[in-house]
Amino acid sequence: MPDPSSPLHLVAALDGAGWHPAAWREPAARPTELLTAGYWTDLAQEAERGLLDAVTIEDALNLQSDDPFTPDDRTDRVRGRLDAVLVASRVAPTTRHLGFLPTAVVTHTEPFHLSKAIATLDYVSTGRAGVRVQVAARPDTAANCGRREFPPLDRSTAATGQLVTELFDEAAEYVEVLRRLWDSWEDDAEIRDAATGRFVDVDKLHYVDVEGRHFSVRGPSITPRPPQGQPVVAALGHAEVPWRLIGRSADLGFVTPTDAADAARLVAAVRAEQSAAGRDAATVHVFGDLVVVLDDDETAARDRLQRLDERAGTPYRSDAHVFTGTPAQLADLLADWQGAGLTGFRLRPAVLPDDLVQITRALVPELQRRGLFRTGYEADTLRGLLGLTRPANRYAHA
Amino acid sequence: MTKQIHLAAHFPGVNNTTVWSDPASGSHIEFDSFREFAQIAEAGKLDFIFLAEGLRLREQNDRIYDLDVVGRPDTFTVLAALAAVTERIGLTGTINSTFNEPYEVARQFASLDHLSDGRAAWNVVTSWDAFTGENFRRGGFLAQADRYDRAKSFLATAIELFESWRGDEVVADKDGGRFLADPHPGAFAHRDPFFDIAGQFDVPRSPQGRPVVFQAGDSDEGRDFAAAAADVIFSRHSTLEAGQAFYADVKGRLPRFGRSRDELLIMPAATFVLGDTEAEAAELAQEVRLAQVSPATAITFLEQLWNRDLSDHDPDGPLPSVDPVVGENTIARGRASVRMHRDPVATANEWRAKAEAEHLTTRELIVEVTGRQSFIGTPATVAATIDEFVQSDASDGFVLAPHITPGGLAPFVEQVVPLLQERGVFRTDYEGTTLRDHLGLPLRDRDQGARTLAG
Repeated sequence: MPDPSSPLHLVAALDGAGWHPAAWREPAARPTELLTAGYWTDLAQEAERGLLDAVTIEDALNLQSDDPFTPDDRTDRVRGRLDAVLVASRVAPTTRHLGFLPTAVVTHTEPFHLSKAIATLDYVSTGRAGVRVQVAARPDTAANCGRREFPPLDRSTAATGQLVTELFDEAAEYVEVLRRLWDSWEDDAEIRDAATGRFVDVDKLHYVDVEGRHFSVRGPSITPRPPQGQPVVAALGHAEVPWRLIGRSADLGFVTPTDAADAARLVAAVRAEQSAAGRDAATVHVFGDLVVVLDDDETAARDRLQRLDERAGTPYRSDAHVFTGTPAQLADLLADWQGAGLTGFRLRPAVLPDDLVQITRALVPELQRRGLFRTGYEADTLRGLLGLTRPANRYAHA
Repeated sequence: MTKQIHLAAHFPGVNNTTVWSDPASGSHIEFDSFREFAQIAEAGKLDFIFLAEGLRLREQNDRIYDLDVVGRPDTFTVLAALAAVTERIGLTGTINSTFNEPYEVARQFASLDHLSDGRAAWNVVTSWDAFTGENFRRGGFLAQADRYDRAKSFLATAIELFESWRGDEVVADKDGGRFLADPHPGAFAHRDPFFDIAGQFDVPRSPQGRPVVFQAGDSDEGRDFAAAAADVIFSRHSTLEAGQAFYADVKGRLPRFGRSRDELLIMPAATFVLGDTEAEAAELAQEVRLAQVSPATAITFLEQLWNRDLSDHDPDGPLPSVDPVVGENTIARGRASVRMHRDPVATANEWRAKAEAEHLTTRELIVEVTGRQSFIGTPATVAATIDEFVQSDASDGFVLAPHITPGGLAPFVEQVVPLLQERGVFRTDYEGTTLRDHLGLPLRDRDQGARTLAG
């Protein structure tokens, strides 16, 4: 279990022009560049300047909408985006230390494809890859992809609850396929033995033979074991079913506490699932998600949020706590919540680049002064930054 | 009029063309190899780099085939990363239409096109084998007869998705608060026996509108598919006569699909060996062939045609006297080439006649029938030959496959490209920014292609 007195880990959550729906209208926003490599490169390099552990990149297999479950026809919000894994891959070679956790929808995709994509992201970033897995229960997403049909979502019905439970179980099986495929080549499988003419030692390549409820995948992967062995797997959870996925399958869970006591409750809930999955010995980070509106003084931050809300037409509501204040006040909160058992935070900048720059240039120095954050990158891989060892290969025999 | 030549570079692949045993051979997985390869190609002002794909490790005699390079990265992911370390060169990826779904592939290609400022291309391939399907949840394999139908439907559907955004929807007017000019952008609906999808595509129109489309099939159906919808054919006809026949055939099909001759380029795969003299090049070429066809590799090629275990056969002796096993190839799996042996007994008889006439051992025969390089000679003769092929309509250029990773392309770029530039048949710098610019292809109407395929 991670030591709560260690320095914090920080991840920046990148999404469009920022998490506030009016973010794209701010003076520094670049709404016409959201689909360009330059935009994402600048954000990633800013995150790296702040010594952050990683960035996440949001994604979905449907057009964005205000309501997380149904499409809309709004014209006053950012709409349209790029594939997150490819954004990460495009940006990774322009950075040296930052980790990348692109979102990937597991409900409608093939684990064989995603496994090699994340392995390849690990190669192009020389060991800084991970993936944030996400289920997609929306019927419009299913209609886009065409493999299956889902009913309209209604959180109050048992049918929706059952579907969501089913999709998270499928996600756990999906992650198992990813992990087995990453291990399907032993590290020293490539031998290039000129004497025998053998390029690989076939005894070090393994069929994964997953025969689950949702998948049957033979393997081995077409891509050799990635530099980290196992890239980092992350998931966001707001309730017991996704916490179970984190406990069973993830290295890193994102939760959405409202205060320190809630943080303690959520950490305990994830730990219980981790324990139930028989993973007590594994390091599973639990990070708190926060939307952040930061400014040099508290009034300015509140004024900014008010201006954003006025432009958006409605007060901003989020699944995560919305923090409005100074970087020093945020540092107080992070330290307080860390005491509840969180080992890091995923900060969602309300506005890009403004709130990301506040994180990297004001929050980070403040945390450093308090001894709560690194003053230089201490590792070359994402697992290294997160204090995760390079795991042994499940198929290798000593 | 003198034609301008198009040249591309095929990252050395998972096959015996690639000589991994050479001391100069680097990694086929590490990104540095891809970076170096792409940068060499871009220094030579080549049109594009090309990545092949195979979605299951090949097997022979029920074991993973280990004599060639094994393993490769994910195509989309490595191409996106290469966009970061190159500026102009096109990025062509082979993506299978059997083991993917249109929405996901379309957003990956549209994303790649955005992230590379208009340099994405898609080599559409089909597959029907249950062997590869075992890696996919859908099982995903088809009756052989259906594979082009699914590929056509897949491409038509993907084009509908690429074209679902007109390109003027995003206005991003900060003061007026209007991000979109259209409340319901990217709308699409496609229903046919293969795909039944409807909704909104979520990637706005990319710089090229759609990626450049490549097709590699050689059958009558494959040629029609290319004539209907492809921008470039990646063919295997590398002799002058075969090239001219193929070129005339395919270009002749274009009018039937309402297209002009300059709307489809024909670019055969080609290998090369350069020397300071013709004799030196010939000698080097022979060395490369022997490295490509080791005694063990010769036996595996033999087994692929004979469709039986010949592990006890002497590679330095004559061809087997026993005949091939006719029917489904059960020896080699995950390999496109075995499908080309349409009449194994007839091919075996041709091979026997050739071996007897030329006094060739099994290995020597295999070298002759599988391992030949396209262009062997001094830089001057290779440049002249390539120019002749293009000017005499055997091709519009070549996709070069060096045998060494990643540096094998460098001698060509350093020695042959300048000669082609002197001849005035190859660019001295990129004129445009997109791959479509490099290939001199017209922008396509929004509906063209999808309509042709549907018709």
